[in-house]
Amino acid sequence: MQNIRILTAGDSSLLVEFGNEISPEINRKIAATVQLLREQHIEGIVDMIPTYCSLLINYDPRVLSYDEIRERVLALTKMETIAGTQRKRVFEIPVCYGGKYGPDMQNIAEHAGLTEEEVIQIHSSRDYLIYMLGFLPGFTYLGGLDERIHTPRLANPRLKISAGSVGIGGSQTGIYPLDSPGGWQLMGMTPVKTYDPGRDIPILVEAGDYIRFVPIDEAEYLRIKELADRGEYQCTVHEGGV
Amino acid sequence: MGIRILKGGMLTTVQDLGRTGYQSQGFSVAGVMDVRSFKIANLLLDNPENEAVLEITLIGPTLEFTSATIIAITGGDFEPTVNGEPVPMYTALYINKGDILKFGSARTGSRGYIAFSSYLEIPVVMGSRCTNMKSSLGGFKGRKLMAGDYINFRIKRRYLPFFLSRKLDLNEFDQVGATLRVVMGPQDDKFSRQGIDTFLNSEYTVTSDFDRMGCRLEGPFIAPKESSDIISDGISFGSIQVPSHGKPIILLSDRQTTGGYAKIATVASVDIPKLVQRKTDHKIRFKAITVQEAQKLYLDEVKELDEMRKEIHQPCKEVLECRLVAKRLRTLFE
Repeated sequence: MQNIRILTAGDSSLLVEFGNEISPEINRKIAATVQLLREQHIEGIVDMIPTYCSLLINYDPRVLSYDEIRERVLALTKMETIAGTQRKRVFEIPVCYGGKYGPDMQNIAEHAGLTEEEVIQIHSSRDYLIYMLGFLPGFTYLGGLDERIHTPRLANPRLKISAGSVGIGGSQTGIYPLDSPGGWQLMGMTPVKTYDPGRDIPILVEAGDYIRFVPIDEAEYLRIKELADRGEYQCTVHEGGV
Repeated sequence: MGIRILKGGMLTTVQDLGRTGYQSQGFSVAGVMDVRSFKIANLLLDNPENEAVLEITLIGPTLEFTSATIIAITGGDFEPTVNGEPVPMYTALYINKGDILKFGSARTGSRGYIAFSSYLEIPVVMGSRCTNMKSSLGGFKGRKLMAGDYINFRIKRRYLPFFLSRKLDLNEFDQVGATLRVVMGPQDDKFSRQGIDTFLNSEYTVTSDFDRMGCRLEGPFIAPKESSDIISDGISFGSIQVPSHGKPIILLSDRQTTGGYAKIATVASVDIPKLVQRKTDHKIRFKAITVQEAQKLYLDEVKELDEMRKEIHQPCKEVLECRLVAKRLRTLFE
């Protein structure tokens, strides 16, 4: 692990840099730090943005000076307990792959030289670490897509991709949380609302959690969608240690 | 009882201090651009510090009041009138039912704020009433106001003590440019010594790419050491990012939560209002200060606002003089 650096980001933010590469270890350390900071309820911390290898902390200088927060954060990142405070949450996201739900599935399979079934099997056979959320509310940056199904983005991005679309963009995979333009190749759709502004918790997942895609058929898709539209569907979540 | 929008103006939105606490999930903070003018508008009416206001931009709206209330207008000067008569800014103003409040275009500054003593009835979404237009979230239906929109008031509040004292000095926004004090970092080490010298010693021009998301500047090339690309990290209000084209972009209220360009410096909070009140072609210079100095400026401004609050709670001088005369007259006849 590289040394942790504390950098200034103006008079109301501070950036904690944990390293300079994208790796699950660094990301895990950031997620653990966020959890610790939340548990400590440090007065004056307004918001936190965990990303691939750093954590931006917004704070109120009326409550905490730069020197004070710097010292507290440094002390916290040195705590040995960080590794022990881990918990792993895996969210199951049901996906109806291919057909009208995944208009680019054929492209993806052809590019990979595989059958659609093989693509689905590969895509749904591992847990993806959520490195960070950004770009759109609830948009997850997932790591660990199998190289065999990496697929370049569309030459002509679509003007509208529906919320719930699951796609591949280069070496990344993810879910569109709301209708948005985009250039990813679409392989399927989930009936689950990963973002719902009307819900108590509008976004289900956070950085450090994992996502597991579970293939479902159209009938199951429609069944879950009806429940989800009424706000009655709950994702299966597996919790345990890392 | 409330306000009806007769003309929406260029960009009129409901704003407060923003939606914090959800950036880790990708939600922009949004909120007012000019925090100082916003705070003064609410302060003039004894409103809570974070009460929602209307933020108006370059060309102001026209509003009709369907009930009496008290308002305060701050920020850039949009030459406001009530029923055709000019009204003062930075002053608590009685408004009657049926009054028409009309704004022109910004003579000084570029953004104005209207606070209401009766509070706008706007639902609180995730802790804030502010409008996040990109996500169609919060504010009035998640969008800017348009002709025909109607916003109710939440309460009846048509009395404020020390009413005649409720006026403050105008904030005169410089008509040509501003020097912004900045705290260097977080990624100033991505730039060459020469690049940093260029940044701190050149004049930059505000381009027309200037909205609630950010302000692009034109001017001398700021040289990176190698590349100014970084692994995406968090962005704060006033972050100055410099992509490979070498021109600074200052990120503002509707900024994305994360970005992949190196940030050479961050504008001191107290100087962000000076930037957001600029217009296209205005000039900007940067001056480096330490984070401790920037925090001192921030706390000084908090004190200054506290002083303003005290000032408007003093009995009005003119009223005091009358009272004194009355007292003397009374003793004369006793």
